[in-house]
Amino acid sequence: MNVNIKSYDNTYKLNSGRKSVNANMKRLLSCVLILVGIVAMVFALYLDIAGSKNTMRGNILILGALLTILGAYSFPTRKHRMVINVLFIFPLLFAFLVTVLIPFVCGVFYSLTNWNGIKFTEFVGLGNYISMFKSNDYVYSFVVTFIFTVINMFLVNVVAFALALFCTSKVKGKNFYRAAFFIPNLIGGIVLGYVWQFIFNKVFTIVVSGSASMLTNPNLALLAILMVSTWQYAGYIMMIYVTGLQNVPSDIMEASGVDGANELVKLFKIKIPMIANTFTVCIFLTLVNSFKQFDLNYAITNGAPSRMLNGDVVQSTEFLALNIYNTAIGKNQYAIGQTKAVIFFIILAIVSLTQVYISKKKEVEV
Amino acid sequence: MKGRKTKLLIGEIIGIILALVILFPFILVILDSAKTSADIVISPLSIPGKWGQMLVNFNNVIHNDSFNYWKSFFNSLFITVISLTLVSTLAAMTAWVLCRNKTKWSGFIFMLLVAAMVIPFQVVMLPLLSTFRNISEFFGIQMLQSYQGIIFAYVGFGGSMSVFILHGFIKGIPKELEEAAWIDGCSPEGTFFRIIFPLLKPVQMTILILNGIWIWNDYLLPSLMLGLNGKIKTLPVAVSAFVGSYVKQWDLILSAAFLAMIPIVILFLFAQKQIINGIVDGAIK
Repeated sequence: MNVNIKSYDNTYKLNSGRKSVNANMKRLLSCVLILVGIVAMVFALYLDIAGSKNTMRGNILILGALLTILGAYSFPTRKHRMVINVLFIFPLLFAFLVTVLIPFVCGVFYSLTNWNGIKFTEFVGLGNYISMFKSNDYVYSFVVTFIFTVINMFLVNVVAFALALFCTSKVKGKNFYRAAFFIPNLIGGIVLGYVWQFIFNKVFTIVVSGSASMLTNPNLALLAILMVSTWQYAGYIMMIYVTGLQNVPSDIMEASGVDGANELVKLFKIKIPMIANTFTVCIFLTLVNSFKQFDLNYAITNGAPSRMLNGDVVQSTEFLALNIYNTAIGKNQYAIGQTKAVIFFIILAIVSLTQVYISKKKEVEV
Repeated sequence: MKGRKTKLLIGEIIGIILALVILFPFILVILDSAKTSADIVISPLSIPGKWGQMLVNFNNVIHNDSFNYWKSFFNSLFITVISLTLVSTLAAMTAWVLCRNKTKWSGFIFMLLVAAMVIPFQVVMLPLLSTFRNISEFFGIQMLQSYQGIIFAYVGFGGSMSVFILHGFIKGIPKELEEAAWIDGCSPEGTFFRIIFPLLKPVQMTILILNGIWIWNDYLLPSLMLGLNGKIKTLPVAVSAFVGSYVKQWDLILSAAFLAMIPIVILFLFAQKQIINGIVDGAIK
């Protein structure tokens, strides 16, 4: 027994001795890694600042950063948990800062200058905002987007809810219908937009023979985009309604049936009030998505046809997202495009805050 | 009983008509990608005389320089797969740390990520281009017209929503699991990768599907960052570039559309349930 303990003790000592040697080795190694990493990064930055065109300098910088991270990771310390925390958050946060936060802050600032996409020379204050609201095409685009958003929100929700009622009824082959109604939503707006452009230009003109394409008339072109947009989103919103309707307890439905409620009464007095939350979610979802509509707009009409407004020619179906794109990329007016985008953001932020407010209020009521 | 049966029959007829109306564009694409451009203009709705024409059209499209199907397909696949792997892993790591450390900083970072979900792409796209151009010039890391640049951008844009969804899920995992692992001598990174990460499978499914469909179909970001005539093209960009160069050749355009739709439709047929659940879960959260 004694011997056993002793031998255990010995091995323990031996292990811990090896461990401390290991730990020292490890510490040294990680210090070297960090040092080499930092030197590499400083060297790369030196090349950057010196204006060198060496193509390897980017790789050296990345290598240096990786070595430093590896060194920090393998450095044995009591605060290992904290090191891990920082290392875990860093990559995603870094990508987020560079792609979202910095461009966002820059973007708001650029909207106050005469930025041309590369640099700015002058601070113009709110000048861009004022000249933007004075231009007919922007005001028109604003109104058209508003009309589209409201009608589209209404259409999508009505169609989606009707489809959802159909898909939760006793009809056979429900799963097939659900999948069929849902498919348009899976495929990108660009590809579908071109297919629909073909349908409007070549198929409908033959079905109603001799008629001009819907896309040549400003009002009908808007209707065309509404049709496609409803077609594409209704299946998606339908699936959310289906989930909501399936969560209505079946015993309530049965009880109401025993009490003599017919289908219409069941629908309006039980189903709709019970999924009020789902309605809120769907309405805001379609509101935001319709307002941001770009792909279909770009692929089906790209703003055409033009229309006269107060003596100005404006693109009759150019929604805000497309208007921003065309202003900046098409007409090369980056500062104005950016200003329009900031307004775009402010409207979306107000809508989202309203949604948060409403759902919070509902939670309190429940 | 009889009334019920006729009701069901009417329901079925309505269903079939609805499905036909909704699937009409897809049926049309299949029919018309098997016709010559002359036949399409004359009778777009008829059944094609020779299905063999479809292969001829596909062959023309696949070997077209501005479409280059296989190259764009593999570009899309590569960008989507790498971005998804990175987003789902990095977002889980971030969400775990933010969830398990209740400090001022973690709260602030989480609020920042959630608030950023409101930011539409349009407001950051122009400064993003100039930021990336500056990075390329200053640091010598090619960010525009390169794989690493667009994957980096997708990690940045997809990150906030993924962290938000994962954060909600990780909150529900009992802390005792991690404490037990810690007592057994597991390191924090080991605890995460061996215990927490496998538990995230159901919610990772949602994240992969939501981000996957978005990245695969995205047009604006790749068209700006890779360019319509750049070396690297994703499928939507290739379709758009192709349509731009052949305005009236509908046989080729529809064949291109067909080829661009096929991968995701096949995927949907295999993973229908997961995809629908994933998308609905994502919307409700």
